[in-house]
Amino acid sequence: MLNNKDLLGIKELSVQEINLILDTAAGFKDVLGRDIKKVPALRGKTTVNLFFEPSTRTRTSFELAAKRLSTDVINFSVPTSSVVKGESLIDTALTVQALGADFIIIRHASSGVPHLLAKNLNASVINAGDGTNEHPTQALLDAFTIQEKKRKIAGLEIAIVGDIMHSRVAKSNIYCLTALGARVRLIGPPTLIPENLKAMGVSLFHNMEDGLRGVDVLIMLRIQMERQGKGFFPSTDEYSKNWGLTPERLCLAKEDVIVMHPGPMNRGIEIVSEIADGPRSVILEQVTNGIAVRMSVMYLLSGVKR
Amino acid sequence: MSKKLMNKKDLDRALTRMAHEIIEKNKGTSRLCLIGIQRGGVYLAQRLAAKIQEIEKKEIPVGSLDIALYRDDLNIRKQQPVVRRTEVPFAVNDLKIVLVDDVLFTGRSIRSAMDALMDIGRPASIQLAVLIDRGHRELPIKADYVGKNIPTSLRETVEVQMEEEGVEDGVTIRKSESVEGKGAE
Amino acid sequence: MRIHIQNGRIIDPSQGLNTIGDILIEDGKIKEVRETISPHPPLDKRGRRGGDSPDTRIIDARDMIVIPGLVDMHVHLREPGFEHKETIKTGTMAAVKGGFTTVCCMPNTFPVNDNASVTEFIKRKASQEGYCAVLPIGAITKGQKGEELAEIGTMRKEGCVAFSDDGQPVMNSLIMRRALEYSKAFNVPVISHSEDLSLSEGGVMNEGLLSVTLGLRGSPAEAEQIMIFRDIVLAELTGGKLHIAHVSTKGSVDVIRNAKKRGVHVTAETCPHYFSITEDAVKGYDTNAKVNPPLRTAQDVEAIKDGLRDGTIDVIATDHAPHHRDEKLREFDMAPSGISGLETAFSLSMRLVGSHILTFSQLIEKMALNPARILQIDKGTLGVGSDADVVIIDEKKEYTVESQKFISKGKNTPFNGWGLRGMPVITIYKGKVYEW
Repeated sequence: MLNNKDLLGIKELSVQEINLILDTAAGFKDVLGRDIKKVPALRGKTTVNLFFEPSTRTRTSFELAAKRLSTDVINFSVPTSSVVKGESLIDTALTVQALGADFIIIRHASSGVPHLLAKNLNASVINAGDGTNEHPTQALLDAFTIQEKKRKIAGLEIAIVGDIMHSRVAKSNIYCLTALGARVRLIGPPTLIPENLKAMGVSLFHNMEDGLRGVDVLIMLRIQMERQGKGFFPSTDEYSKNWGLTPERLCLAKEDVIVMHPGPMNRGIEIVSEIADGPRSVILEQVTNGIAVRMSVMYLLSGVKR
Repeated sequence: MSKKLMNKKDLDRALTRMAHEIIEKNKGTSRLCLIGIQRGGVYLAQRLAAKIQEIEKKEIPVGSLDIALYRDDLNIRKQQPVVRRTEVPFAVNDLKIVLVDDVLFTGRSIRSAMDALMDIGRPASIQLAVLIDRGHRELPIKADYVGKNIPTSLRETVEVQMEEEGVEDGVTIRKSESVEGKGAE
Repeated sequence: MRIHIQNGRIIDPSQGLNTIGDILIEDGKIKEVRETISPHPPLDKRGRRGGDSPDTRIIDARDMIVIPGLVDMHVHLREPGFEHKETIKTGTMAAVKGGFTTVCCMPNTFPVNDNASVTEFIKRKASQEGYCAVLPIGAITKGQKGEELAEIGTMRKEGCVAFSDDGQPVMNSLIMRRALEYSKAFNVPVISHSEDLSLSEGGVMNEGLLSVTLGLRGSPAEAEQIMIFRDIVLAELTGGKLHIAHVSTKGSVDVIRNAKKRGVHVTAETCPHYFSITEDAVKGYDTNAKVNPPLRTAQDVEAIKDGLRDGTIDVIATDHAPHHRDEKLREFDMAPSGISGLETAFSLSMRLVGSHILTFSQLIEKMALNPARILQIDKGTLGVGSDADVVIIDEKKEYTVESQKFISKGKNTPFNGWGLRGMPVITIYKGKVYEW
């Protein structure tokens, strides 16, 4: 049983809840393997995708998950601008609820927006990414993928590489994987890895070779071009020379290492095509697992009594 | 307060008889398969398949089916049903499926199971084998093969224990606290 | 109109008083303050005590504490321009409820109080609708843009008691230098909102592990400390009267302490939230805990208390910053900063007395006498002949903070639901009695 009607972040989940979501996702993955990839479990419910930031992959993943559970899906794509004066956030959300939404999947550029909605709405609010806070379903599908490939998570050496500071995916992964007992390493330039994360029990590496030794799982993060202009690193060329994943660097990890990426990838910058398309990559499976995990989350949230 | 209705030997004899009946009615094992309903039917299906193999010297496919997502009471239950694995590693089209469950009660689980099966494929026919039929049907569902008929009151619960779960084989009947308890899990 | 406050414990640090006694008020001024020789002076033939005339209002202050009306040298009354958040009328009503009889309002109104006509407007409104004294603080620079000095001299004549660009720092050191120099001609303090904007850079909470885990941009403590250091050095250079607003960090307290040791003329204030709660109040993205400077760590809270205890921090002011409910009910990044503090300040500050950081008398210094001295106004005292601004405190009264019942239009407080002890029950302003 999940304890809250909403999924706001990994920080708000207990280990039992995380495991329940992952175990249930396995049952949903079976559904996705069939010809008829649909179950009537949430028939008659309504899902609203409220995306204030553009996104194709996450939104379609949620849309598919919602449809496969037989809910009706509405997509609201709201243009983002802090300058545009228009309907307030709360008003938009109340309107959506008045339309009968049972699930609101929200992505927004400001951290804490899902929490604000959850407090003020009866619907189940699912965080699809808020500012630089969290992206919990991404972390859950990453954990599911790792568990499928490695049978367990506790005790694994897992490295997250890239712009940790601005990555909500990285944060959710850190919280989820440490909760499940993995040993997490963060690799990247000092300007992109906040020192105080050490207090969460992770190790920090600024040298890629040192950080990769003996790693079981590699999670590569997308480098955002905008960061280049603000003094976080001098050029993408320099970034890729020091922290890009190449076959030589990959050899330093364990032989059966798996390579993950939340997408979309900057081929040639943080990761070379040879690896992205190679045998160690599970990037496409992450996408499939994403639907199963999101179905699991929606199914379990629907059972929480208001 | 509980009473044991069947012990290990009773159970085994009932399963042996049911295996023979299944083979007889289907005139052999051609295009036959067994699918156990999670959770109670899974081990029973495996045991029946083993017995059928012993008798006919032919192996028949066995699968397991989770019906949680097809239940008709998802909105009203206090707690959500656990979603378990559905493992049907064979194509069901044109096969004769024998659904296996431990206790047949209202018939709603079987209705859910049939809907789930239809989303997996188009079987040639569906038959039903249950270890215990305890009456109180709410839908027009009938078992083709029954281990034992046990008339019960709504205040009672029937439980099947199996060795595979770590307890000795047996069937017990218990007076429950309230009239509900129709949800199997 | 005469008032006779009887048998209260009178605490007035300006006269070194801490005694059971009576106060007589006549025509809005303090007429007499006397110690009670015996708790019950004899009745005269008309059945009255101590020669009271029949039209005297008698206030029995037994078991109560009687103090000078408090002086809050940092409030935002929002009028003109932001009347949906607060008005001079509602703000002063809230002040009086909180035990304040004098408030100084910051110039970040609309239009900005950077010229004599806005100052005049504020003074006029206050005399018509205000419930207590309102002393305007004028802007240091035109439009608070930090580029050109405002007409400090003319505004001083019109009634401004101090100058500040509060809400903004004066980033340009040359302008700040000029302001401190120029202000000497008019003998007024320059109040600095010390924040290095290039370091704080859009931060919405204290920078630290919590800001990282909440995904909120943080403003480091150093942004405040660096600017305080600069302001102090400029004060040393110019000899101007510098007053540091809303000190919130350990580093800042240390810098001020050292400056005072060196003999620099600098005074400093803090606010109740900086010694009562930490950044943890922001967890859950409660915009009621969004304030600038932001709430800091437990170490900073301890340092603020130490600063109050050893005199590094001279004043407790509220930085009362009311906002409309709709403005706070939104994305944390977008919500305006500020806490509506007038109605909780005294009770929160009383906790310092309870935990022996300050004596009651020292508390009144911080909240009444020192601000009056810094602003050079004749307030914060129960001396004979001064305005009859008197507050009667029931220090045992326990209550729960209910922000919806605030008199201020601003209900934005992180203290909603807190159980507090000790509050003003009667506030007298120039002889006018307010009670609830």
